[in-house]
Amino acid sequence: MDNLTKKSFYDETHTVFGHHESKLLQWIFTIDHKRIALLYLVVMMAFFIIAIFVALSMRMELFAPGQQIMDPNTYNQAFTLHGVIMIFLFVIPGIPAVFGNFLLPLLIGARDVSFPRLNLLSWWLYMFGALLAVMSLFVGQGFADTGWTFYAPYSVQTGTNVIFALTAAYILGLASILTGINFVVTVHRLRAPGMGFFKMPLFVWGLYSTAWIQILATPVVGITLILVILERTLGIGIFDPSKGGDPILYEHLFWIYSHPAVYLMILPAFGVVSEILPTFCRRTIFGYRSIAISSAMIAIIGYLVWGHHLLTSGMSEWAKIIFAFLTFFVAIPTGIKFFDWVATMYKASIIFATPMLWVVGTIITFAIGGLTGLTLVTIGVDVHLHDTYFVVAHFHYTIFGGVVFMLFAAMHYWFPKFTGRMYCERSAKKAFYGIFIGFNTLWFPMFLAGAYGMPRRYFDYLPEFEIYHKIAGVGAVITIASILYMLYILIKAIKNGEPCGNNPWNSTTLEWQISSPPPLENFKNIPYVDFMPYEYEKGQPKRDLTKIIEGGNHD
Amino acid sequence: MTETTSPEIIYDKEGNAHEIVDFNDDYTGSKLGFWLFLFTELMLFGAMFLVFSFFFYRFSNDFVVASDNLNLVLGGINTIVLLLSTYFMGISLLSIRQNNIEKSKKMIYITIILSIIFLTIKYFEWMAEIHHGIYPDSQALNALSHGEILFFGLYFTMTGFHGIHIIVGIGVMLWAVKLINNKKITAQKYVVLENIALYWDIVHLVWVFLFPLFYMISFGGAS
Repeated sequence: MDNLTKKSFYDETHTVFGHHESKLLQWIFTIDHKRIALLYLVVMMAFFIIAIFVALSMRMELFAPGQQIMDPNTYNQAFTLHGVIMIFLFVIPGIPAVFGNFLLPLLIGARDVSFPRLNLLSWWLYMFGALLAVMSLFVGQGFADTGWTFYAPYSVQTGTNVIFALTAAYILGLASILTGINFVVTVHRLRAPGMGFFKMPLFVWGLYSTAWIQILATPVVGITLILVILERTLGIGIFDPSKGGDPILYEHLFWIYSHPAVYLMILPAFGVVSEILPTFCRRTIFGYRSIAISSAMIAIIGYLVWGHHLLTSGMSEWAKIIFAFLTFFVAIPTGIKFFDWVATMYKASIIFATPMLWVVGTIITFAIGGLTGLTLVTIGVDVHLHDTYFVVAHFHYTIFGGVVFMLFAAMHYWFPKFTGRMYCERSAKKAFYGIFIGFNTLWFPMFLAGAYGMPRRYFDYLPEFEIYHKIAGVGAVITIASILYMLYILIKAIKNGEPCGNNPWNSTTLEWQISSPPPLENFKNIPYVDFMPYEYEKGQPKRDLTKIIEGGNHD
Repeated sequence: MTETTSPEIIYDKEGNAHEIVDFNDDYTGSKLGFWLFLFTELMLFGAMFLVFSFFFYRFSNDFVVASDNLNLVLGGINTIVLLLSTYFMGISLLSIRQNNIEKSKKMIYITIILSIIFLTIKYFEWMAEIHHGIYPDSQALNALSHGEILFFGLYFTMTGFHGIHIIVGIGVMLWAVKLINNKKITAQKYVVLENIALYWDIVHLVWVFLFPLFYMISFGGAS
């Protein structure tokens, strides 16, 4: 229990401009990957809470037909704000920026990422982009009302602050690129000696595939957003049909990035699943290699499927068939992962701690979300379902039921690593059930509403859809209340949680072999890794590395 | 915790020594990171080339007609100027590796001067078009055919982006001179200068594609 008195990264840090007396400056100038991760976490969660309340206000507006609490223009701005915050400020940085930053060096046995200063710069850029987005709420004609996709030609014509939002998205993209570069180099250069690519923990595989998507896809959307800005300011004509330009071209360029971006969101989440499962099943993960390779496969195929967003926008029949076929193909590596996970759980003595509950919940919700994606990409069906609530439900089942659930799982699983303390298991489980029930109440009715023809992004609706909106409204309240309850439990545990030692889950990966919270520069002695990440014997970790890492003699 | 000068070594079970990469001083890592950054630059310009090829395919004739308005000689001179500048940038890198500090700095200055010449010529080219009333959303341009509007829209966008890269290049070269003066770049630690040289190559490489696509598609006169 003495690890809470030991010096950790909370007590000392490296900063970019030498030493600072002020605690605040020590945080905002820190180049320690663990502190930067926490900086991201705090800002991201703040934006997350704002965005869920924006969503709640939309649900309240839709609770009954007709106008309730806001006018149609405000409603358009509300769903744009919700989308921009959730996508660009929360889910895209999401798991990589927080848990990737904190854990990547710990998982591969490194003392920091390859470019600690660049890492801090990423966070500053992120903050700058976030500030721009917030500022645009209060100046001129208010926040953009285009939807988070900024489709031309409307984004070129609307009077709202589209330029602000686009610039913000561009800067956030830049931050994301720099993080991606940092992670790829870190994985290539700083793995502990002996740790080959196929000895890396699977979360690292997820982060590595994600980082490549960040590097290769983000610049495309960056330049696309700039072209829209130039279109608005100078009128270069590329997306303007009256000058020979083509708005559909915008949709292609946008989705060339933004479809890989959804894999960029989900791959680290899959990585989290693969970390949590072996720990609570007390056994080696089934099919390590196939899970690792399927991450890379999803990243590669995910690059080639953007056209399925444009099935109704006017494309040649052949292009539609090819894009639909490729999209079905993505389901294969995803299915491989799912079957590997289920095979890991099969006949295991599972410990249903909170992180494991989240994983099981995700396997259900993401399966629904993923399979409805295949329904959508069936070309004929898509003509009916395109731009309906079915899409909204599908999207939230994958992103909320997949990515955000796994972010929550990671928050519980690595909570002892971050703080050295344990949250209250009983309350955390209650919060899980609340969110899980609320989540399904909120979004499942949308599948039905969409299938019956309720269009998305509409301010008002026909009376026959009222029942679905009513149920969803109730679900939204349950979900938000449970999320707040969950955050309250975790925040309370930071101060009052039981001290829990270094490795409360009795896990095998490297991050648990050092003290919790970790010291500055993580490893005193870096171990030689000639073993697989998840090796259990009779439900216990096969080896104890703590002695090697702590070392007998100091320095 | 203390800074060590000799690399940290660990041993595996067979007793073989393995060096631990120091994340603060990793030559290969720095270069790998910069190459990845150059990939993002390629994707950035690549997306614009994609847009160009899309419209070139759709409005081939208009593009050839519009291209005839550009000055092939000035564009050609600029290509040579930029090519020479990458040569001097390379010599600068070689000089620093041979510990010839003064020559290295001189070569960087020559590169900067050549880049300024490039920008000056570019300025006069742009001005010539603008004097003809041809700039995005101008009346004279909007009166032309769709293909010509898009050609000039892309011309100003893409050469503008390229120009910004040149200006950034001049900035980092001045920074490199400062680092050489402060002994941060030396014959042993030259990775920053090497990366700048790589950056300068990619700036030149982009121009090598811009030049034929905008200036040379009308070579021999528009039909």
